Amino acid sequence: MADLASEFVGIKSPNPFWLASAPPTDKLINVVRAFEAGWGGVVWKTLGEDPNIVNVNGPRYGAVYSSDRTLIGLNNIELITDRPLQTNLDEIKIVKRDWPDRAMVVSLMVPCEEKNWRDIVKKVEDTGADGIELNFGCPHGMSERGMGAAVGQVPEYIEMVARWCKENTKMPVIVKLTPNITDIRFPARAANQGGADAVSLINTVSSIVSVNLDTMSPEPSIDGWGSHGGYCGPAVKPIALNMVAEIARDPETSQLPISGIGGVTTWRDAAEFLSLGAGNVQVCTAAMTYGFKIIDELTSGLSNWMDEAGYATVADVVGKATPNIKDWQNLNLNYITKAKINQDLCVECGRCHVVCEDTSHQAITSMLDGKRHFEVINEECVGCNLCVCVCPVDNCITMEEMTTGVDPRTGLDVSKQYANWTTHPNNPGRVAE
Amino acid sequence: MVQSARLDKLKSDLHAPLTQHDALVEADRCYFCHDAPCIDACPTGIDIPLFIRQIKTRNPNGAAKTIFDENIFGGMCARVCPTETLCEQKCVRNVGEEKPVLIGQLQRFATDTLMATGKQPYTRAAQRDTRIAIVGAGPAGLSCAHRLALHGHQVTVFDSKPKPGGLNEYGIAAYKTVDSFAAKEVEYIMSIGGIELQSDTSIGEKLTLDELKSKYDAVFLGMGLGGVNALGIPGEDMPGVENAVEFIARLRQSNDLDSLQSKIGRNVVVIGGGMTAIDAAVQSKHLGAENVTVVYRREQSAMNASAFEQELAQKSGVLLRSNLQPKEIISAAGVIQKTFFEYTETKGGKLVGTGEMLCIDSDQVLVAIGQNMQHVVLQGSRAPISMKAGRIEVDENRQSSDKSVWAGGDCIVGGDDLTVSAVQDGKLAAESIHTTLENAHG
Repeated sequence: MADLASEFVGIKSPNPFWLASAPPTDKLINVVRAFEAGWGGVVWKTLGEDPNIVNVNGPRYGAVYSSDRTLIGLNNIELITDRPLQTNLDEIKIVKRDWPDRAMVVSLMVPCEEKNWRDIVKKVEDTGADGIELNFGCPHGMSERGMGAAVGQVPEYIEMVARWCKENTKMPVIVKLTPNITDIRFPARAANQGGADAVSLINTVSSIVSVNLDTMSPEPSIDGWGSHGGYCGPAVKPIALNMVAEIARDPETSQLPISGIGGVTTWRDAAEFLSLGAGNVQVCTAAMTYGFKIIDELTSGLSNWMDEAGYATVADVVGKATPNIKDWQNLNLNYITKAKINQDLCVECGRCHVVCEDTSHQAITSMLDGKRHFEVINEECVGCNLCVCVCPVDNCITMEEMTTGVDPRTGLDVSKQYANWTTHPNNPGRVAE
Repeated sequence: MVQSARLDKLKSDLHAPLTQHDALVEADRCYFCHDAPCIDACPTGIDIPLFIRQIKTRNPNGAAKTIFDENIFGGMCARVCPTETLCEQKCVRNVGEEKPVLIGQLQRFATDTLMATGKQPYTRAAQRDTRIAIVGAGPAGLSCAHRLALHGHQVTVFDSKPKPGGLNEYGIAAYKTVDSFAAKEVEYIMSIGGIELQSDTSIGEKLTLDELKSKYDAVFLGMGLGGVNALGIPGEDMPGVENAVEFIARLRQSNDLDSLQSKIGRNVVVIGGGMTAIDAAVQSKHLGAENVTVVYRREQSAMNASAFEQELAQKSGVLLRSNLQPKEIISAAGVIQKTFFEYTETKGGKLVGTGEMLCIDSDQVLVAIGQNMQHVVLQGSRAPISMKAGRIEVDENRQSSDKSVWAGGDCIVGGDDLTVSAVQDGKLAAESIHTTLENAHG
């Protein structure tokens, strides 16, 4: 049995699945239910200064669905905790006392003054919490008041606040990053410079989830108006994976621990985050969609996969795929693939043909001897994989590597020699040696 | 209690309509195939992937227009088409999982949605002074009438029955068209304007085809098959032996099911193997008959009734028997007692009796062995229309040998007893008439 025990910036938890700072971690009752269900840890919903903020009293969430109403993306306009600071601190203390083996990290967001940060960090320390997470990510509401993403979008502020916190507490400091920037490496480097123990990402993506075409109000609608919110859930996972990988392979931050967040819904999502360099993962939308019981699937799936793939510990998985992320110019141009359609599996929907014909390289037939038949024309196939992407049948179309012979499209011999953009003879713009 | 429950079945929907959610989920199953095989399999050539995508994008009225563009009877066809041998049989989903997209039910969802608004998605062209006579207010005739009216022609439809709709109104089991759907659909189709209906008017006796030809610019014949094939066996003239089409018509038009229920036989035998036989058998069962047996002379796989229909009958408690041909109906004191059948087998491609007999207790016999054309419509025509095997010969535009007469539906050669094919005939004929008249009138 694989060992799922996790240690992240010195914080131990029985598994690498934490609940992210969000409504599921807003109150004692929720967090206790999560721990009873088996979650490894929580990042308590962001604390602010008294007087506590107030939330809207209308709908806070909007969703994007697939046709069968599976939730693909969720957006929210909720703010940080709307309860008094002391109430939260008291509850955090009780839960940490009762659940000592679970990770208890507290998310924080106060105005950008050292005193404010020093004061709140001390109060959190008194609860016995394991660490703090600086919320520099929230894109709505709080950012208008100079907090959340307003900080996360300015690397200098990130570095400054991270440093204040590190100077005022022994607790590990995790900086949560907003994806609403151009290059995620800059805020990550700033956190690193400020002495942060780790970064966590991504926070939600600024979004308008939909417009009600009858009322012309954005959703969720507050009395006919709406405001941009933060988008999360399965839809944002690819964005999050890339940002995690960008930080993990940046020489300046490659040693900086990462807590992966963004659309983790299944064990497989979690394993992908780990493989790209995340030390653990945080989950929110999946729990808000299905409830806390999904932790059983997450742990059992990850454990079974680790057993089958031969990984003994979570740490063994971390970063396994990171070295394989390269800049485009380093990809091997001598790697040649051709699509191949398995005629036994083909249901003859013709989608591969029409998308190749209309939008790509005219490399798939629709007829053979007067009969409906879909087959790849190797002379035209550039190996782009679009047909695989649109085929509704698993493994019906596969990309097959050419290892010998002549590529019928280019007329050139297939070479086993690695040659990238900078060296390949086909590229007239290659860098001269 | 049991009997009243069955009467409910008689008039309640065979398939519950899809809800909005069901429709979205089912629509999502469509792959939006390139050059989709389902379109080829639809006799009217509806762009099925397009209308399903329109449903999926919550544009059901657009979906309905896509359907009506090719088949103005899309609502009825969604209910009665043997989809499992047409569009759904060709659905590529069958290859992977043997479960096609429910095209028929999606079609119903779309057409019901638009028809509930009472609005047609068409505006009639400016009225022309061309006049066309249509014989028969069934699917062929009204499909032709609608398309001609759309193009601005003035159309008069003659029908021998008091109500329009043809077999949709008189010949299909009630559970396939509940809540007077057939009548509502006709009303919807006629709302295009420019269509005048003359009911209770038979062609051939008082008003002849020649008169129509002289009074109108073109004539379309879509009167179906009025005659009934005879069994040709002793006893078929006895009371208690009834043509299944008439039985169904009586049921469809009755406001008093209780009285019909009291008259249904205890042991009903239905002779035939098509949709009409199944409709009659299932409805007999629902009316309270204790034993209902459909007896077909060939092997079961040769039945015209689709596999779905056969299964429906079996689920309703009807016994299907095959390879039995009727020989004699025995009555006593004016009441049928039993029916004798001879076992058959196929030898050298021919169906022959084996000589072995079977007797089935029966007190009511419904005959559903097909219909034939009543030639009275064509009687007295000065230039006789070319016929083949008792039906009218037409070209690919549904034009007959008489260049002022078009025909479609069951009364033409190759008519396959399907509403959807009749609709296509009417549509093609209308376009051909329109083109012909335009060329003639400049």
